[in-house]
Amino acid sequence: MIRPGAHEIRMGVLAALGFAAIACLPLFDDGYYLSLAVNIVMYVALCTAWTLFSGPTHYISLATAAFFGIGTYTVGIGIETMPFGALLAIACVLSGFVAALVGLATLRLSGVYFVIFTLGLAELVRQVVTWVQTNFTTGIGLYVFTEFTEKHIFWMLLGLTAVIYLTGWAINRSRLGFAMRIIGNDETVAAHVGIDTARAKVLLFIVSGAFIGIIGAILAPRFAYIEPPSAFNPMISFQVVIMALLGGTRRLWGPLVGVIPFTIVFDAVSAQFPNHTSILMGLAFLAVVYLIPNGITGWIEALVAKLKGGEAAPARKTRWIA
Amino acid sequence: MNAALQLAGLPSSGTAPILTVEAARKVFGGLVAVNDLSFDVLPGELIGLIGPNGSGKTTMLNLISGALKPTAGTISLDDRRISGAPPHVIARSGIARTFQLVRVLPSLTVEENVIAGAVFGHMRLWGGDAKDFAHSLLARVGLVGRADMPTTALTYIDQKRLELARALAGDPRVLLLDEWLAGLNPSELQIGIELIGALREEGRTIVMVEHVMDAIRSLCDRCVVMNTGTKIAEGAVGDVLSDPEVIRAYLGDSDA
Repeated sequence: MIRPGAHEIRMGVLAALGFAAIACLPLFDDGYYLSLAVNIVMYVALCTAWTLFSGPTHYISLATAAFFGIGTYTVGIGIETMPFGALLAIACVLSGFVAALVGLATLRLSGVYFVIFTLGLAELVRQVVTWVQTNFTTGIGLYVFTEFTEKHIFWMLLGLTAVIYLTGWAINRSRLGFAMRIIGNDETVAAHVGIDTARAKVLLFIVSGAFIGIIGAILAPRFAYIEPPSAFNPMISFQVVIMALLGGTRRLWGPLVGVIPFTIVFDAVSAQFPNHTSILMGLAFLAVVYLIPNGITGWIEALVAKLKGGEAAPARKTRWIA
Repeated sequence: MNAALQLAGLPSSGTAPILTVEAARKVFGGLVAVNDLSFDVLPGELIGLIGPNGSGKTTMLNLISGALKPTAGTISLDDRRISGAPPHVIARSGIARTFQLVRVLPSLTVEENVIAGAVFGHMRLWGGDAKDFAHSLLARVGLVGRADMPTTALTYIDQKRLELARALAGDPRVLLLDEWLAGLNPSELQIGIELIGALREEGRTIVMVEHVMDAIRSLCDRCVVMNTGTKIAEGAVGDVLSDPEVIRAYLGDSDA
């Protein structure tokens, strides 16, 4: 295996210090800023998990809401009978399992079929949950009462984000990560050098989906009352795609750069003009499509390469499969 | 492995073929692109697959590499059936190829492009070993000192060299070259022919789709000639190229 270089160890120490500093935030504020911070960390975790799969494959997945909702519902159903930690594990396994099924069924198809299917999946799961609840249980919603406060949710999300980053880093250094880079470049070549492209994609989709499921589970106590339209809200899927693309998906930390400004602006806009948040999403989407196809990080990297002078490798526009 | 046997000159008639194509057939709708084609490739042989444009040569190569699945027929490597298997399985069993339109991996460096060929095949190299091996192959194809370059900085022939290095990185039992010499200028062509000749000398088994007659004459042990999906001739290069039916296929009836 490749040993971590001095540069990587230094970055790792810096990142650990950064996480430790951020983890102190609840000691200073437990009101508005903590709540905003939970939103930011949630979307950083979601977008980074999404990018684990969609970054290298260039497949746009709109299944985020499905995995998120599976996680949320796992907690909603089991909170009375099981410890929270066990529910997180179940959410991880369940959403990973659904990701495996979806992956096996759709990743052989490519292009727009995958996008549509993943969008439909969230709706399908939502309808199934609604049907089960209306026919077999007393009410449509579930209450989640726990001892957790905002700061506990914040710490859990932050810890999970660290795990997601470490996983992404480990994958990038592994054969699987190298295989994904080759697949992202040219799937025909990938198959002809011996890569089982379908298996690699399904594996990564499972990892990504499982993480998103855990995020949904962690967020369940924050909702307190869970019902299908909120747990399987398709807006989550769209926001994740837009923020991740805005930040850029070529680096593991790319989505972070998109999430922080977007979430802050989104929060401000929704406080002032609650019915006009879709305009913000539309504008961000237009910016991604027309101005910064490789996201903010891609744009910065191109700029740095230009400033350094010399022949910068021409930035290739990412071809998204949609 | 059996390099001694391979270097002993032309394989004797008793040698078992390494690659066997039996009645391979590929149909696209109403078009029969490959029509019950059969041929054998012996270990260490360099076979030319030739024929006019549209005669089904690349389709035949795609059937061997698994890019396409045959409609009927069997292709075996060392008596193990590979036809119908997905391309990654065929690649791992020991078949590597280059593409008619050169396919380098644009966002990877030159070195990584070569490593890509060595990681997932039977070599399963990784880390420092893969790097060292890639460097030796880059030297082999004439790309010394280019390892850290982006592929966009390479000329056309260098991209072709890179693709060849990637194919060699899998240490294939059979190497498929799809018009690897096409589009080269006369001096590059000479370099290219020498490079393929050197690969043959070291005992590689090669199937080469080619239009460049100089290369076919100087390199190939045998030729299989295709026309509209059918094999119309097979044998030593000189015999095949003077075959009236082959001349008719290339030049039309009046010249035969």
